[in-house]
Amino acid sequence: MAVTFTVNGKPTTVDVPADMPLLWVLRDVLSLHGTKYGCGSGQCGACTVHVRGRAVRSCQTPVSNVAGAAVVTIEGLSADGSHPLQRAWETLDVPECGYCQAGQIMAAAALIAARPKPTDAEIDTAMNANLCRCGTYIRIRQGIHHAVRSVAATKTSEVK
Amino acid sequence: MSPSLTLDRRSFLRVTALAGGGFMLASYLEPLDLLAQGRGNTPPLDSNAFVSIDANGIATIVAKNPEIGQGVKVMLPMLIAEELDVDWKDVRIQQGDLNPARYGGQSAGGSFATPSNWEPMRRIGGAARQMLITAASQEWGVPAAEITTTPGRLVHAGSNRSAGYGQFAAAAARVAAPDPATLTLKDPKNYRIIGKPVPGVDNHKIVTGQPLFGSDMKLPGMLYAVYQRCPVIGGKAVSANLDAIKALPGVRHVFIVPESMGGGSMSGVAVVADSWWYAETARKQLQVTWDNGPAAADSSAAFTAKAAALAKEAPHNTTRKDGDPEAALGTAAKIVEAAYDYPFLAHAPMEPPNATASFRDGKLEMWAGTQQPGGVVNTIATALGITPADVTIHLPRMGGSFGRRLYNDYVVETAVIAKTVGAPVQLRWSREDETRQEVFRPAGYHFLKAGVDRTGKLVAWRNHFVSFSVAGAPPAPATPGGQPSGPRPAGSSTLGAAEFPARFVPDFATHVSMMPLGVTTGAHRAPGACAISFVMQSFLDELAHAAGKDAVQFRLDLLATTPIPLQQGGGAAFNAERMTGVLKLVAEKSGWGKRTLPKGSAMGVAFHFSHQGYFAEVAEIAVDASKRIKVNKVWVAGDIGRQIINPLNAESQVHSSVIDGLSQLMLEITVEGGKVKQGNFDEYPVMRMRQAPAEIEVHFLTSDNNPTGLGEPALPPILPALTNALFTATGVRVRSLPLTKHGFSWR
Repeated sequence: MAVTFTVNGKPTTVDVPADMPLLWVLRDVLSLHGTKYGCGSGQCGACTVHVRGRAVRSCQTPVSNVAGAAVVTIEGLSADGSHPLQRAWETLDVPECGYCQAGQIMAAAALIAARPKPTDAEIDTAMNANLCRCGTYIRIRQGIHHAVRSVAATKTSEVK
Repeated sequence: MSPSLTLDRRSFLRVTALAGGGFMLASYLEPLDLLAQGRGNTPPLDSNAFVSIDANGIATIVAKNPEIGQGVKVMLPMLIAEELDVDWKDVRIQQGDLNPARYGGQSAGGSFATPSNWEPMRRIGGAARQMLITAASQEWGVPAAEITTTPGRLVHAGSNRSAGYGQFAAAAARVAAPDPATLTLKDPKNYRIIGKPVPGVDNHKIVTGQPLFGSDMKLPGMLYAVYQRCPVIGGKAVSANLDAIKALPGVRHVFIVPESMGGGSMSGVAVVADSWWYAETARKQLQVTWDNGPAAADSSAAFTAKAAALAKEAPHNTTRKDGDPEAALGTAAKIVEAAYDYPFLAHAPMEPPNATASFRDGKLEMWAGTQQPGGVVNTIATALGITPADVTIHLPRMGGSFGRRLYNDYVVETAVIAKTVGAPVQLRWSREDETRQEVFRPAGYHFLKAGVDRTGKLVAWRNHFVSFSVAGAPPAPATPGGQPSGPRPAGSSTLGAAEFPARFVPDFATHVSMMPLGVTTGAHRAPGACAISFVMQSFLDELAHAAGKDAVQFRLDLLATTPIPLQQGGGAAFNAERMTGVLKLVAEKSGWGKRTLPKGSAMGVAFHFSHQGYFAEVAEIAVDASKRIKVNKVWVAGDIGRQIINPLNAESQVHSSVIDGLSQLMLEITVEGGKVKQGNFDEYPVMRMRQAPAEIEVHFLTSDNNPTGLGEPALPPILPALTNALFTATGVRVRSLPLTKHGFSWR
């Protein structure tokens, strides 16, 4: 069936089975490879994208569910990698292998959009569904705090 | 004359590639015996292959080794850039393809990259710098010895002249290469790059989702494959409902690979489709008749029972005997006897095994995330009936590995599928494929008995280790002056004859018995050590308690014992002084014995030597009434020589090792009838953020030794540090992993 939605702001129509997961539409049909396959069953978070502003597991989202929706992937989180989380990840050198990090950043972006100053406990709860086999959890937590502080610093300087 | 005319053909090609970008440092080095040192029969290195400099002074440095998350893609270029003396901001890093003739050894494993490249990579950089100096000295008419460098610039103070490297890059191409042995390397106090925190070179691509990993490859007309192997590991596909599967949506090809094509590859059924999802969906309807093969006899529960039975019999083999352990056990003041075991484990890298291949006109081009690319070329060539020269392998970044991608089974399978279908193919394993078709960390069973004397000193030790041999394999040959010919040990299933506390206990024996195993096993991050440390350091903890001594002091006393000399070929030299140093440091930093913890909380300590690294670790945990464990904090002290090359990555590697090791405590792979019970992360629950320690404090003790690697040696001690803490907190001595067997879970 033909399904129309936007990906990173761009209107897109794909002709695929209605139950094809969004993950494989993004990767194999649209050649957007930033969103990763880790488990195929919604347990690792490597495939996290935003649909209508919410973090979802694209491997568990039939493409028919996103008809008419705005889908944002890691490629579209910012135009140039300037999202505070992306910057924080680079500055603190969060990635080791890096494979899970797109999903981590998308999950964290949804978290700080909803909770602009999350506590450690809130971060752990929100991020617990995203696995990292390299064990970069400590720096992921630091990265989120770092990004939050950088946003706050920017706002303060704008006020001045 | 144009400089490119004087270059050899290969250099000319590279200059062409730089068209519009200026000149290249075409500094061809003569065979560098020195650089080849320790590399076996790998070819000599060539700095031309590693460094090029354009007219603007931008240095492009090739990272030769595969990147699995260990940070080698930054680390090796840092060594070259330091001695080349350039600003890191003027360095561009390029991943090298597989080409041992140009780059020497290209592998990832054994924490080997640092010790084997520390010297040669710096000399490559130093040789390139020396050639720039020579070129400037000829142009300026001054002695080379009077020319110095500042990062990216040549300076002659006497005549007040200076120039950027780019200005002499072309002239340097005509300079004879120096003998690298004559180069004077920098005094470490002048380092500008080594020892400084350098973030990962691929970070920007990672955080913006640009194609980078093997599974991100996409070739024109590429198809996607899944490969169904026999659920009983090692079995063969006999027949299948191929026509029914081929009729399913998106499916292009379905076929049986009846036999292994070498390199650990296995028989199976390939389903090739327009999308991986089509292939994976179709695969679920496969009906295959299998020939199960020898692993069908394997079962975890039966191995445990058989190991216990073997422990009561005379051992098959004795791999070490010092003094008279039986007599010493008879006269020791206190005896402790215990049976320890640990399960099979899967590596579970976040990116499951995959590779991409295109076979055209008798040549194969591959993009393969593998830790051992050099090891697979001949296998592929044989499997495809082509020559090794017709196999090209690119080395994309890998989404983790932990030892899994030391084994190239999936790479060979990809090559075979691509040739068969005649189109570019990407083979991707599912998560369940990864968990069930692994090269597993072998289980192991240790039956220990040891004694302490009246002063609490460890005086006698006997271990009957029950391990595995490869079912159906021809016997392993006798080793010179060592073992007689006998069953071939399964991958990564042996216990080193010098494994601590061997040599430090006067009356000591290691006996080994083996059970045939059909399941494939092999290296798992810190191979051997990741399992053995739990056994040795837990049992030492039991002995410390039996001796009535503090757990740190008991270990310090043991390390202070004059060791029995190491036999030739008897294993890596263990330096007790270095271990004493890190043990004292971790005790000091953690406040060992000086802090009062609330009830249910405790600290545990352990150390382990592996991969040339010395690590001692303390875990502080809290355990609640429901046996839920919270790891409050971990302290790590390590000695990996005189220089931490990249402190930013060094800390990451230690975090990673600690969390990986903790993760292993709750995991097991269970084999039943040769099939693996676990599939996805719900059944193989690797550690999550909330379960991970909130803090891991890392300290490095510098010692006057050449730097060694860090991907592995920080892992082993964390397992026993935690289980030793668990004993102090709860009185439960865990001798069998995973912890879930004893009702424990992460909080």
